[in-house]
Amino acid sequence: MGQSLYSKVFDRHCVERLPSGQHQIFIGLHLIHEVTSPQAFAMIREQGLSVPFPELTFATVDHIIPTAAMQRKRPLMDSQAEEMLQHIEKNTRDFGIRFFSPDAGEQGIVHVIGPERGLTQPGMTIACGDSHTSTHGAFGTLAFGIGTSQVADALATQTLAMSRLKVRRINFTGSLQRGVYAKDVALAYIHHLGVNGGVGFAYEFGGAIIDRMTMEERMTVCNMSIEGGARCGYVNPDQTTFDYLNGRECSPKGAAWESALADWKSIASDADAQYDDVVEIKGEEIEPYVTWGITPAQSVGVGQPLPIVNTFPVGDRLVVQEAYEYMSFAEGQSIIGTPIDVVFIGSCTNGRLSDLREAAKFLHGKKVAAGVRALVVPGSQSIATQAEAEGLDKIYSAAGFEWRNAGCSMCLAMNPDQLKGREICASTSNRNFKGRQGSPTGRTLLMSPAMAAVAAVEGRVTDVRQHPVFSAQ
Amino acid sequence: MSKFTLNEIRGSGIPLRGTDIDTDRIIPARFLKCVTFDGIGEHAFEDDIKGIAAKGGVHSFADARFRKAAVLVANRNFGCGSSREHAPQSLKRWGVSAIIAESYSEIFHGNCVSIAVPCFIASQEFCSELQNHIEANPSAELVLSVKDATVSFGGRTVKLSIDPGAQGQFLDGSWDARSGLLENLPAIRAVAARIPYLNQFGLSTPSKAL
Ligand code: SF4
Repeated sequence: MGQSLYSKVFDRHCVERLPSGQHQIFIGLHLIHEVTSPQAFAMIREQGLSVPFPELTFATVDHIIPTAAMQRKRPLMDSQAEEMLQHIEKNTRDFGIRFFSPDAGEQGIVHVIGPERGLTQPGMTIACGDSHTSTHGAFGTLAFGIGTSQVADALATQTLAMSRLKVRRINFTGSLQRGVYAKDVALAYIHHLGVNGGVGFAYEFGGAIIDRMTMEERMTVCNMSIEGGARCGYVNPDQTTFDYLNGRECSPKGAAWESALADWKSIASDADAQYDDVVEIKGEEIEPYVTWGITPAQSVGVGQPLPIVNTFPVGDRLVVQEAYEYMSFAEGQSIIGTPIDVVFIGSCTNGRLSDLREAAKFLHGKKVAAGVRALVVPGSQSIATQAEAEGLDKIYSAAGFEWRNAGCSMCLAMNPDQLKGREICASTSNRNFKGRQGSPTGRTLLMSPAMAAVAAVEGRVTDVRQHPVFSAQ
Repeated sequence: MSKFTLNEIRGSGIPLRGTDIDTDRIIPARFLKCVTFDGIGEHAFEDDIKGIAAKGGVHSFADARFRKAAVLVANRNFGCGSSREHAPQSLKRWGVSAIIAESYSEIFHGNCVSIAVPCFIASQEFCSELQNHIEANPSAELVLSVKDATVSFGGRTVKLSIDPGAQGQFLDGSWDARSGLLENLPAIRAVAARIPYLNQFGLSTPSKAL
């Protein structure tokens, strides 16, 4: 019987079976950021521990950093943000950890810089004190979001206590309609399997649609595994993966590259691998999705009416009603035409270069609708530089978008980028929880970058499939 | 290994109804701007508390009847979303010593184990019954046994379930994973020495340039 990538990589990193029944798993790459690491460093200092493998940990600053150029001057205006930045600077210095700093132009969202620097490589175990660590699964890694105590475990031992997961293979068959993107594929599987459908599972994404995707698209798909309740999600490495990694800063070079390739090919799931569950989703049936509620599974194909409360199982109706009340939507209504106040293009889900390019296609010669505030926030400083070299910043600025510096920004609004009051935001991020974008009553509609760009121009939710960009093709 | 084992939790209850309550709601992101967890308990559910107050209601975490509670009774998929340990830390610092719910997100569950807050599992019916019981008897004591996975209240004892791994960790004191992990440092080095990407090809790592 063949093995899945999950089993192969898990076994390779297993140090020992712990008395609790969990496994002690070696972590090949540990990423840290300013929000979930200071307490972890405090814990290891308190216990007098050292960091035995500092060369396997990399740091950046993303959550609290302002994205407006003026506000990035040190010391940061927000003294709490400044204190957090100083902590990560000091902690990385004290323990000999590489810090991708804003001053060096290397800073970005932790899940964006790992791949772009070539740190994220097939077959690794990766941990980060951030739930969207699942993003790195796009490269055929087992990548886990962890809490702060576990960040301390990883720093002090380079291992974590983990339970073995089941593996669910999700096959996306056929092909996608034009105007349907990786973000829609992600929202589709969460819609089908629910926000807790993945509990106890690792998700293995495959099928013709995933095979044809670029690495950036695969990252979008894996990024949202956690929103489906899965502990991690991954795609088996293939030629697309290898081509992406070839020549990156931290990728193996020369003879090492050849031996890496051989190893990376060997860790992909075997053709006859057994899975604990297999699900098939037909590409043709995926529409552009928009969330209408307060969980990422509360979404609807843009052409469909919002669901009727009574069609849900009794136990689910409370949260559906709560969502309708919070969002001020009515069952049965269309999501198309919903007026938008704010548009946010960015985040570790959709803040990469291809996302910025795709959204820009819908902005040529157009203006953001009157009354709409629109922000575009590149996922890393290096993406910002590349985008500026292509002139994307000019397209966005001419259309009336604010072109910002790299960071998490309005994905979780820990910096000055926040919704006000009841504003509705068309957002390319990954969470539409109550209050997620900084206002306790603010509302978030998750969608693809193309849908967000069109919403910015029209001032309301619009079906991107009708757009002339597609008829011209 | 930590000497602190955990078998029994006693205290009054606090009901919190609703499915898919995410960690952004437990502790809104603005309270993550801190370098220690001190004082974070005061902000548990802050925005939900205000939201409900604005409509004339009272959130459980602002209800004086439950202020001394130690046992939180929630519903399905509790603690989903962000991996922030600030969420269980804020519950614990508020006073929650154990949770009973229908299900938990896995990261939240793991975070609770590492700070010694046992997460028990019960059916939807029982969670709702227990929530009603607490509302009717806010100061009544609940007694949770980790070993038996039971809750006793009002003269009855009801069987719950608990993740067996976590159960074992509370009973033998290994919930504090770090000390157990540290004991294996030689084995850790041995594994590191045979992982292909740490030896045969590896990161062409920029950290050497430090
Ligand atoms: S962009 Fe959003 S989801 Fe991604 S790491 Fe930042 S805050 Fe988390």
